[in-house]
Amino acid sequence: MESTPPGTPTRIADILRQVRQTGDYRLLTEVIPYTRFLGIGVENTTGEVLCRMRYAPMLIGNSAIPALHGGTLGALLESAAIFELLLRTQEERVPKIISITVDFLRSGRPQDTLAKATITRLGRRVANLQVQAWQEDRGKPIASANALFLLS
Amino acid sequence: MASDDTFPQDKQQMMENINRFMSDSIPHNHELGLSVVELGAADVTMRLPYSEKLVGNPETGVWHGGAVTTLIDSTCGIAVFVKLARLARIATLDLRIDYLHPATPGKDLLARAECYKLTRAVAFVRALAHHGDVDNPVASAQGTFIIVED
Repeated sequence: MESTPPGTPTRIADILRQVRQTGDYRLLTEVIPYTRFLGIGVENTTGEVLCRMRYAPMLIGNSAIPALHGGTLGALLESAAIFELLLRTQEERVPKIISITVDFLRSGRPQDTLAKATITRLGRRVANLQVQAWQEDRGKPIASANALFLLS
Repeated sequence: MASDDTFPQDKQQMMENINRFMSDSIPHNHELGLSVVELGAADVTMRLPYSEKLVGNPETGVWHGGAVTTLIDSTCGIAVFVKLARLARIATLDLRIDYLHPATPGKDLLARAECYKLTRAVAFVRALAHHGDVDNPVASAQGTFIIVED
């Protein structure tokens, strides 16, 4: 996908409208440079919207094990929360993160990682979310997070 | 890595060792261009150069929080090595980050982490991310690490 020329701000609201019409989540994930860089996408193959971070060697944080970098897992959990808010609420701007607490439960193997965010409370100004990330076995999460966002 | 990989006394040499270790063994830090810029007795400052690929909000150009998380996680881990005075096998147990104000587009981000308590098994670390003025932080963090003995 071509990058947006400077001076032409991307309108998330327009993109969200297109995503809702077409169901093509890539319109959203590709327009956010950081999720494109990490290979984070949104998919709905089982009737449930999930985030997937495709494995790439540059995601490794420990070559000896090898294991995914904890920061990339934190980024996946935060991204899953942001996409959940953008796709499930009336938000028209990227919500601002207030705080995130990540628990690292198991080391991330060099393979795709999935994540699912759940909105635990949607207030007028603040949204609370819980997020889980796993690889082969959803019953054995590799990381989880609680995140707070300020809504626009 | 060997757990007897003790750091040299010389600070400059120690920084070079850590930077070499990151480029050899931490591909993601290498990809982001992370480097150690300052070392204390139990603290370390690392720099994450600004890059357009780290933008989380294309409407404002503001950094994605995930990039801040990665910088802070890495810096906290290195602070544990500095406190231990050696490289060791460690793993992040948990990390909490408060985003105090948005990171400025176009500016490099620094993180200063301090390992303020070390037990036999667990290291406790706090960190601030900033744009050069540590008294005006972008993010504040607190993390715990497990020290895996080989």
